[in-house]
Amino acid sequence: MRVILLGPQRRPTVDAVARAHSLGVSGPVAVITAGWQEREPDDAELSRLVGGRAVNLALYRRWLDVQDRDPEYFAAERRLAETLAELQDYYLLRLDYALRAVYAVQRRACGEAGAEAFSEAMAAVRELDAAHLRRVNGARLEFFQRLPPHDRPVIAEHRAALSDVLGAASAVVIAGGHVGVLAGVLHLFNIAASLRSPVVAWSAGAMALTERIVLFHDRAPQGPGHPELSGSGLSVLRDVVLLPHARARLLLDDAPRMAVFARRFSPARCLLLESGSRIEAESPGGGPGGGFWPSGVRVIGEDGRLTSLEAA
Amino acid sequence: MTTVSEPKGARGAAPVSRKLAINRLRDRRPLDPAAVDRFLARHAVPVVEGARCTFLYRGEADEVFLIHRIFGLPDHLPLRRLHGTDLWYAVLELPEGSRVEYQLEVVRGGRRERINDPLNPRLAHSPVGSSSVCYAFGHVVPDWTFPDPEARPGSLADLVVPSRALRRDCPVTLYLPARFRRTARYPLLIVHDGGDYLGYAGAKTVLDNLIHRLDVAELVAAFVYPGDRLAEYANSAAHARFMTAELLPRLEAEVPLAGRPAGRCLMGSSFGAVAALSAAYRYPGAYGSLLLQSGSFVFTDIGRDHGGGPPFEPVVRFINRYRAAPRRVADRMFVSCGVYEPLIVPNRSMVPVFEAAGMTVRYVEARDGHSWENWRDRLRDGLSWIFPGPQKFFYE
Repeated sequence: MRVILLGPQRRPTVDAVARAHSLGVSGPVAVITAGWQEREPDDAELSRLVGGRAVNLALYRRWLDVQDRDPEYFAAERRLAETLAELQDYYLLRLDYALRAVYAVQRRACGEAGAEAFSEAMAAVRELDAAHLRRVNGARLEFFQRLPPHDRPVIAEHRAALSDVLGAASAVVIAGGHVGVLAGVLHLFNIAASLRSPVVAWSAGAMALTERIVLFHDRAPQGPGHPELSGSGLSVLRDVVLLPHARARLLLDDAPRMAVFARRFSPARCLLLESGSRIEAESPGGGPGGGFWPSGVRVIGEDGRLTSLEAA
Repeated sequence: MTTVSEPKGARGAAPVSRKLAINRLRDRRPLDPAAVDRFLARHAVPVVEGARCTFLYRGEADEVFLIHRIFGLPDHLPLRRLHGTDLWYAVLELPEGSRVEYQLEVVRGGRRERINDPLNPRLAHSPVGSSSVCYAFGHVVPDWTFPDPEARPGSLADLVVPSRALRRDCPVTLYLPARFRRTARYPLLIVHDGGDYLGYAGAKTVLDNLIHRLDVAELVAAFVYPGDRLAEYANSAAHARFMTAELLPRLEAEVPLAGRPAGRCLMGSSFGAVAALSAAYRYPGAYGSLLLQSGSFVFTDIGRDHGGGPPFEPVVRFINRYRAAPRRVADRMFVSCGVYEPLIVPNRSMVPVFEAAGMTVRYVEARDGHSWENWRDRLRDGLSWIFPGPQKFFYE
């Protein structure tokens, strides 16, 4: 599967991609703007940019429809959301202490003992991340096993309709927005099963394609937040952490902090998606690993400095 | 963790080393009324020149004083008459980012009159009246405190909660965020002195803006109004029972709220902060968070002279008892205080006590006083920490 990742589209570049790849020539372009939530239908500009042959999958509207017409499922989904929120609270509480330990050791570390202490502190954070992801995915799996979406008539109806639309599509475009909402509806309607190549995605849309969604915001009003795992995306892309708006949202000049970021998610590449970025990758089966990304891609190196991939 | 809110821009002139405007005026010849007229027409009052602020009064008087409540400075600062004129002045050094409320006291024929600065149109309002405001160099009023036409407004609804505990009908103003949906579940913020927060701290505008900017989660706020404030807010069991056993269940029955401690916050300033702490103390585990601004946490280490007068007696007893046996009353606590208010010392002193009780505390100071604008301007720090908005989820 061909995946084209773009930077934020405040100054659109998706039109150039649409022209270069002749999107829409052999069929309509399936557009996903569910991350925009209630603004999902405001896609006229996007439709024009991809050549006018856009069909919005309306995943957010469909999700609201499920909420209305399948109250049992909606109630269970809300309980799941509460469970996940609680898991996230405890994860963040533990992560706060674990990462503060990492930074404290990092500041002091020298010599062999210091390096060992740092490695062990990092390992504790990585284990915490892994355990949290297992718990989150386990809770989701249990939920889907208890209430199989394909057995819910309303969801099945939407899935069938979406499968038809995607079956006729020549490409899929996934816009940014709220990455949690976006990933949720992509899973709910099993979009992964019907994705059409090429997939063009940016910002939250790109993040939702990965196997681990990492939230980050170092410039939040309450102060720098710890990067946190939020769950799994569609896993079209593996071994990568995508960082839209990296310069605006991350303290990229803080090399020690960025070194922790990069080492925490290693061997995944921490890949910057800035305005104007355009990264094309093939995703054969399991998706591109670190070695499959084209050269020149900007990543955070394990020393915390920005570097181009061929030099990493 | 302690932070001082840093100024993020500049107000007034940049720091200067040259002669102050008032001194240049003093050297002017002839120094006649027309020269003073021109001077006042050219300068905003107080005249802010770097760290130095020149306060002015024009008029015949025997004496003129600058009255303020900056902790650490004499509260009556005399103004000097500019020789041969009816212009009075005093120069005060104020650190960058400071905001000071003040009045002038004019003495004529043995009569003392306290007035707002007639040369300064900037006023701060509170339940006890208004006062003039001096914004020092570097002070910026946060843009999120002004109405934003882009921000969809939430709604306010008044309700009455009959209280057996307080033996009165308690008015409550409920804030529902824009896009309120009964199918969602919202965190709850209960605000003491609700009318004052709405009236003097622009709480609705602030909530609308902070929610719109994704800085703060969509939330429901209940603004409560005191009856006999000094009695109800000074560690009153009846007040705590009203909040926790009457108001909270009613709200959680009628409004789609998260309904768990992590989704409940009690907020208050001054005596309202004592009331919030007291309610959480009496019902530990009910509230996940407290937002305490300039709390009147007066205590004594020895003796009984706390200087607060009779209304503080029950507060001092409560805080002394708390300090002797600190108790974990919530998970998280945001505490803020102005460095120019006398309560800065008790507030600083309480932070390690709260932390030692096992609570996560974020403490913020500002170069400001015991005022509603100070409390308003700290709301983003506090609310975004207690109920963070969904910014981390948005990647447009």
